[in-house]
Amino acid sequence: MSHGHAEVATSHEVHHDEHGAHHHHQSFVSKYVFSMDHKIIAKQFLITGMIWAILGGLMSVLFRLQLGYPDQTFPWLEDILGNWARGGKITPENYYALVTMHGTVLVFFVLTGGLSGTFANFLIPLQVGARDMASPMMNMLSYWFFFAGSIVMLSSLFVQTGPFSGGWTAYPPLSALGDASPGSKVGMDLWITAMALFVVSSLLGGLNYVSTVLNLRTKGMSMTRLPLTIWALFFTAVLGILSFPVLLSGFILLLFDRHGGTSFYLSDIYIAATNQALPNEGGSAILYQHLFWFLGHPEVYIILLPAMGMASEILSVNSRKPIFGYMAMVGSMFAITILAFLVWAHHMFVTGLNPFLGSVFVLLTLLIAVPSAIKVFNWLTTIWKANIKFTPGMLFALGFVSLFISGGLTGIFLGNSTLDIHLHDTYFVIAHFHIVMGVSAFFGMFAGIYHWFPKMYGRYMNNTLAFIHFWVTLAGAYLIFWPMHYEGLAGMPRRYLDYSNWASFNQFGDLNKFISTVAIIVFAIQLLFVFNFFYSIFKGRKVTTQNPWGATTLEWTAPIHPGHGNWEGEIPEVHRWAYDYSKDGRDFIPQTEPISANESKH
Amino acid sequence: MTEAVSTQRKKIHPHKFTLWVAIGSIIMMFAGLTSAYIVKGSMAGFETVTMPTLFYYSTAVMLISSLTMQWALKSFKERGMQQYRRLLTVTMVLGFGFITMQIIGFSQLWDAGSKLKGPTGAAQFLYVIFGLHAVHVLGGVVALIIMFIKAFSARIRNYNSIPVEVMSTYWHFVDLLWVYLFVFFLFKL
Repeated sequence: MSHGHAEVATSHEVHHDEHGAHHHHQSFVSKYVFSMDHKIIAKQFLITGMIWAILGGLMSVLFRLQLGYPDQTFPWLEDILGNWARGGKITPENYYALVTMHGTVLVFFVLTGGLSGTFANFLIPLQVGARDMASPMMNMLSYWFFFAGSIVMLSSLFVQTGPFSGGWTAYPPLSALGDASPGSKVGMDLWITAMALFVVSSLLGGLNYVSTVLNLRTKGMSMTRLPLTIWALFFTAVLGILSFPVLLSGFILLLFDRHGGTSFYLSDIYIAATNQALPNEGGSAILYQHLFWFLGHPEVYIILLPAMGMASEILSVNSRKPIFGYMAMVGSMFAITILAFLVWAHHMFVTGLNPFLGSVFVLLTLLIAVPSAIKVFNWLTTIWKANIKFTPGMLFALGFVSLFISGGLTGIFLGNSTLDIHLHDTYFVIAHFHIVMGVSAFFGMFAGIYHWFPKMYGRYMNNTLAFIHFWVTLAGAYLIFWPMHYEGLAGMPRRYLDYSNWASFNQFGDLNKFISTVAIIVFAIQLLFVFNFFYSIFKGRKVTTQNPWGATTLEWTAPIHPGHGNWEGEIPEVHRWAYDYSKDGRDFIPQTEPISANESKH
Repeated sequence: MTEAVSTQRKKIHPHKFTLWVAIGSIIMMFAGLTSAYIVKGSMAGFETVTMPTLFYYSTAVMLISSLTMQWALKSFKERGMQQYRRLLTVTMVLGFGFITMQIIGFSQLWDAGSKLKGPTGAAQFLYVIFGLHAVHVLGGVVALIIMFIKAFSARIRNYNSIPVEVMSTYWHFVDLLWVYLFVFFLFKL
């Protein structure tokens, strides 16, 4: 740490310069549990995220059972869930709890913590050429806050009144009044505590990512030589740092309303359950929505940007072509970052928002189509006429592009405030955001895992299992969510337990059965992926070359099993950008190679 | 891990830089709260309160503590360790004093009839926003206590000024943040 005597510190520097990596022996606990090595922390985030993904996915399977087969009972459900499914049918309260927890877990604990926690930690120091993060201590704390938040969130599943059940957005009054529903009691307190811990974790992580990218790049690694993964993870961190605190301030006011009796969000409420009129006056639930969505919208890009960055990198590597329009890619990510803060009210078109204000938000929302289209164009031109290597990572990156296009197009529908009057809170919205940020971010994550697994564990994952995983997941994603667009256009609202009293939606009975069946199959295939992952850690084919994909970036210049410190000896110096593929008759030129005299310009 | 850090190209020390980014983050939090106040304050029937006079004095305490902190940093850099310890102690005491004054100010407001329960007006926002600021000052005081222990410990000799610089930057920040919040409420109440 920095408290040592100045001269002593200097001699340490020399010492570490000579050796590069740390060689002293570490106990199991300091090496694998309370580790300050960014690579171990990345794996901790990844595996915790995977456990959450299985739980969150299982929740969706459970509520899809109800949605697909509303008139059937499943006695085995009572065996495994007890009171949650009395008589083999999920109770209404627990249906809402499942929906809420599915959203919370997937959005925050999997696609934020699990995704940028994993890849920002793993890739930033390795790709910018640093021995570790700016503050390894804070980095470790970031994981343990995440872990603590996970434990608290998990524990809320086991309290008697159930976990929070008012939707992942936690709108008041359901989230503010304990009497409003069973899940609003202790379940909500645990939810908010877990989320506060989660916010602290993301902030600690984000601060580190930003200062590492800006301060610890190796010699020659100018910002414009950074791989696009790093740019994406950098913008992700900036978004988190600026938007999570606002969510936290919203939560603080919510806590005062819950436990202090204030009326920041509450006004004129009569609770039927207790036959009681509340004294709260003058509060506004809309205020919470503003504070929530000021985070909530950037959150979408926090989830999506890392996937975009990794897909860019993987597409370029496996096309053996430079990424098309590097600066346009960076510029469009920057534009997305700025616009992310200016569109939050499109989640609130039907809350009584001033229509004039609404039209401003429509314009800003539709503007996001421009940088998004630039990115899609560049991905397509990168693979255009390329000699594509269909590795599992590449397939998932291609799948990401496909899903991002399909899901992005429906965003243009929803961004119009007039169309939103019809489409809001229907299955159309569910279909849109699951494809564009849920499944596509998952595809980016899978692409990243398959691509960087050899660097993480020094072994390969099994390709056959990976191909099965890919094709079933891709087909399944479309089969699940495509039909939901039709249901949504027909006006079928989201979040309902049972549609059977609604004659107009009876036509969708079989479609819902179909969706549920596919969802179960796709979930099962993810378990195959989990098996492949853990099996390959121990038994996978060993990596024998330092640079198995023939990539230009710095992480592949490190040893196959890098120690804490990443490079033995000096950190490599960078002489060129990250995308010199198929140049001057050579397959690829690593970033560490100096530019030769008669080299062509890119 | 400074040893890993310092082998590399740097313009500003990463710890200092991290603090600046964190400050940006804290600013967003208070920006969120004060904009919530602006939105709510413009609604009909919003009750305001008068600022307790004690908060004028606590502002003075905060400003003076910022001066002593800066002076402490200067002494540290000039290796005036005696002076540094004295000034660090003064800053810490002033920080404590500030928090105590804030709490007394809150209790005065409370006794004047502004409770948490019931309709929400300016007073409730004041409790939350000023309270949250006091928590940030408390965090600074805890950091000061740690530095205080280090400064008086016979075993640790330390002439690295980075931690002191980080501390003073944070302290000036909570000072400025307070001035912003105070002026904001002076105009808005």
